[in-house]
Amino acid sequence: MLDTHPTGSAGAAHAEAHEAHAHPTNTGVDNRKFAMWTLIASECFLFGTLIGNYLIHKNRGIDGPKPHEVYQIDITTLSTFDLLMSSVAMVLALYYCNARRLRLFQFWTAIVAVGGLIFLGFQYFEFSHFVLKEDLGLSRNIFASSFYLLTGCHGAHVTVGVIWMLAILTTSLIKGEKWFNSTMVEVAGLYWHFVDVVWIIIFTVVYLFVYV
Amino acid sequence: MSATTHSAGYSKTGIWSWITTVDHKRIGILYAVSALLFMVIAGIDALLMRTQLAMPNNDIISAETYNGLVTMHGTSMIFLFIMPLSAAFFNYFTPLLIGAPDVAFPRLNALSFWIFLFGGLLLNSSYLIGQVPSVGWFAYANLTLKQYNPTHSVDFWVWGIQILGLASLIAAINFFTTILNMRAPGMTLLKMPIFVWTTLVTQVLLILALPVITVACVMLSFDRAFGTGFFDPGAGGYVLMWEHLFWVFGHPEVYILILPGMGIVSEILATASRKPLFGYTVMVYSSCAIGFLGFAVWAHHMFTVGMGPWANALFSAATMLIAVPTGVKIFNWISTLWGGKIRFTTAALYAISFVAMFTFGGLSGIMHSSPPIDTQHHDSYFVVAHFHYVLYGGAVMALFGGIYYWFPKVTGRLMNETLGKIQFWLYMIGFNVTFFPMHFLGVQGMPRRIYTYAPDQGWNLWNLVCTGGAYLTALGAFLFAVNFFWSLWKGKIAGNDPWDGRTLEWSLPSPPLEHNFDVIPTVTHLDEWWHRKYSEDGKRKVLAPAPKFDPSTIHLPNPSFWPIVLAFGILMIGTGFFLPDFGNAIAIGTSVTGALIVLGSGFAWAYEKP
Repeated sequence: MLDTHPTGSAGAAHAEAHEAHAHPTNTGVDNRKFAMWTLIASECFLFGTLIGNYLIHKNRGIDGPKPHEVYQIDITTLSTFDLLMSSVAMVLALYYCNARRLRLFQFWTAIVAVGGLIFLGFQYFEFSHFVLKEDLGLSRNIFASSFYLLTGCHGAHVTVGVIWMLAILTTSLIKGEKWFNSTMVEVAGLYWHFVDVVWIIIFTVVYLFVYV
Repeated sequence: MSATTHSAGYSKTGIWSWITTVDHKRIGILYAVSALLFMVIAGIDALLMRTQLAMPNNDIISAETYNGLVTMHGTSMIFLFIMPLSAAFFNYFTPLLIGAPDVAFPRLNALSFWIFLFGGLLLNSSYLIGQVPSVGWFAYANLTLKQYNPTHSVDFWVWGIQILGLASLIAAINFFTTILNMRAPGMTLLKMPIFVWTTLVTQVLLILALPVITVACVMLSFDRAFGTGFFDPGAGGYVLMWEHLFWVFGHPEVYILILPGMGIVSEILATASRKPLFGYTVMVYSSCAIGFLGFAVWAHHMFTVGMGPWANALFSAATMLIAVPTGVKIFNWISTLWGGKIRFTTAALYAISFVAMFTFGGLSGIMHSSPPIDTQHHDSYFVVAHFHYVLYGGAVMALFGGIYYWFPKVTGRLMNETLGKIQFWLYMIGFNVTFFPMHFLGVQGMPRRIYTYAPDQGWNLWNLVCTGGAYLTALGAFLFAVNFFWSLWKGKIAGNDPWDGRTLEWSLPSPPLEHNFDVIPTVTHLDEWWHRKYSEDGKRKVLAPAPKFDPSTIHLPNPSFWPIVLAFGILMIGTGFFLPDFGNAIAIGTSVTGALIVLGSGFAWAYEKP
C-alpha cells in the first residue's frame, strides 16, 4: 500500500545526515524525488501529445521532402548511442556520489554533461543539414513542423539536463568533500534517464518506423 | 506571535514581507485577493453583455467588443477566478487539514502564485491596448490564425493560458507531493478530510491535463509567430486537431473547477449537520472515479463535428457513466443532512444550494450526453444555462460558501450572518432569474455568442428577465464586498472553533500561527478534532492537555524574493512574442533576457539557504 506509517517506513532511514531538512515522509520517498516522479508523469502526457501529433502529421506535408528522404539513420544511431551511454555515466556518477569518491563523482558528472552536449551537437548538425541541404525549414511543410516541435522539445529537455549537470559539477568543485548531495544527484538522474527513455521512443517512432 | 525568527533582514509586515513570503497561508490570501479582483473584471464583462442583450437590436456595444467580452468573461472566470480561488483554499488549508507545518516546497509555492499573477495581468493588459482576445475561451482553430486575427489579441490568449498553465502545473506537483508525503503521523489516506481528497484528485487532473493544452498552445503560437501550419488546412493541418487537444484538456478542466467545490461542500455540510459525512469512503471512490472518467469524455463537446456513430456512442456512454459517481455524491450529501441537527449558517445555505443547483446543471448535462439531443442543443443558450448551473450554481456557490465557512479561521473574525444571508438570497435568486430562462431561450433557438437579435424572434421577454437577474447578482456581489470589509474591520471575534468543526484546522488559533502546529498532531480518527472533543456517544470530553511545546524545534523556511524574479523572467519570455512589430532583435532580445533571468534566479534560488 501507498500508505505507510512515517516512522515505520524503510526508505526514510536512508535520509542523509548532512541534509538539514530530511523529514521522514509518509511514503518514505524524499519530497524532491517524489515531485520529480510527478513531473515525469506530466511529461509523459507532454511527449505523448507531441508524438501523437507527429504520427498524425508526418505524411501530410503538401510539398517539400518526406520523412524517408531526409533522415540519416547512421548519424542518428550514433547520437542515440551517445545519449544512452550518458545514462550509464549518470548511474556511475550517482554510485560514486554515494560511495563518497569525490574525483570519480565529478568525472562521471562531467561525462554526463559532455554526453548531453555531444547529443545536442548532433541535433544541431541534423537540423542545420535539414534546413540548408534539404530545404526543410520549420514552416516548409507540416511534417517538418511536427518533427521540429517534437525533437526540439526533447532537445530543450536535454539542454535543461546539461545545465543541471553543470550546476551539480560546479557546486561539487566549489564545496568539495562537504557536498555529496545524493538525493539531488539522484533526482537529476531520474530526470536524465527519463529524457533518455523518451529519446528511445522518439528514435523508434520517428526514425525507425520509416522502414516499417 | 510566533516564537520563532527568520534570519536578519526580513520583516514580518509591509509590502516586502508579502512579496518575499513563502508562508502557504499568506500565499493563500494572495491567491484569494487576486482571484476576487479578477472576478470583478470578469463580472463587469458579464454585466456589459447582459446589458447589450436586454433589448433586441441594441447597440450599446459593437459586435467586436461583444466577442471580446464573451472570450474574456469565460477565460477570466475559469483561469483567473475559480481556479485561483480554489488554489487559495488548497494553499491555506491543505497543510492545516493534514497536520503539516507547510507545503512540500514553500518557495515553489510562491513561484506558482507570482507566475499566476503575471499571467493574469498579461491576459488583462489586452484591454489596455484594445486588442482583446475575441475567439471564445476555447479559441477554436482556424479563427485564431494570423490571417483571421492579425492583431495580438490571440497572442494575449495563448500566452496568458500558457503562463497560467505553468503556474497551475507547478502548484499541482507541489500539492500532490504535500498531500501524499507530508501527512501527520496516523493520518492514513482514508483518514484525510474529504476536501484534501478532492484537492488530491484535482492535482492529478491538472498534472495530466495541462501538458496537452501546453502543446496545443505551443503549436498555435508557432502557427502565429513562425508560419507553421498545424491548424491551417491549406498546409495539411487539421482544424479539428485543436478541438481534440483543447477538450482533452478542457473536459478534465471542468472537473478541476468542480471537485474543489465538492470537497468544500462536503466539509460544510458535515459540520453544519453535526454528523460525519455520509459514506465518506464512497465519496472518496466517487471523486477518483470522476477524475478517471473525466479523461474519457472530452469528445462530447464535439458531437456535431461528425466523428461517426462509434465515437459518438462511446463518448456518449462514458458521459452517461460519469453521472453515476456524481449521483452517488448527491445522495451522500442529502444523507449527510438527513437526521442532522442542521444549523442554517450562511455557509450551510451556500452548500445546500450547491447540491440543488449542481444537480440541476447535472441533469441538463445528462441530456447533452445523448448525441441526437446534443445536436439540437449545441451552440444554443441551453448549453449556456447548463454550464452556468454547474460552474456558477455549483463551483462558485461552493467557493463562496467556503469563504463564509473559513473566513473566521483566516481573519479571526466572523462574517456578518444577517448580511450574509441577504447576500446569499440575492445571489441565489439573481442566479436563477439569470440562467433559468436561458433554457427557454435555448430551446427557442437562440444561439450563443450573438451580440444582438431581431425583435420578432420571441426572445425579448426572457432576455430582459435574464438581464434583470444579472443585476440582482451584481447587487449580491456588492453586498458581499461590503460584508467582507465590514467583517474584517468590525466582525465578531471568532475564537478557535466557531462552527464546532470536525477537522484539525479548528484546533488552531484564528488566525493560525506562522508555524501552524506547535506540536505535529498524531491522528487516530477521520474527523480527528471532533473525536478529541466528543466521545462516541456524543458527550463532550475534556480536551487532552496540549503536549509540551519546545519553540526551538520550529524551523520556518526563509522568505525569498527569487520566486517573483523568476516569474518575471517567464513573463518576459512570453512578452517577446508580442514584440516583432518593433523588430525581431527586440523581440528575441526580450525573450532571451527573460530566459537568462530565469536561469540566473534559478541558480540564486538553488544556492539560497531555504
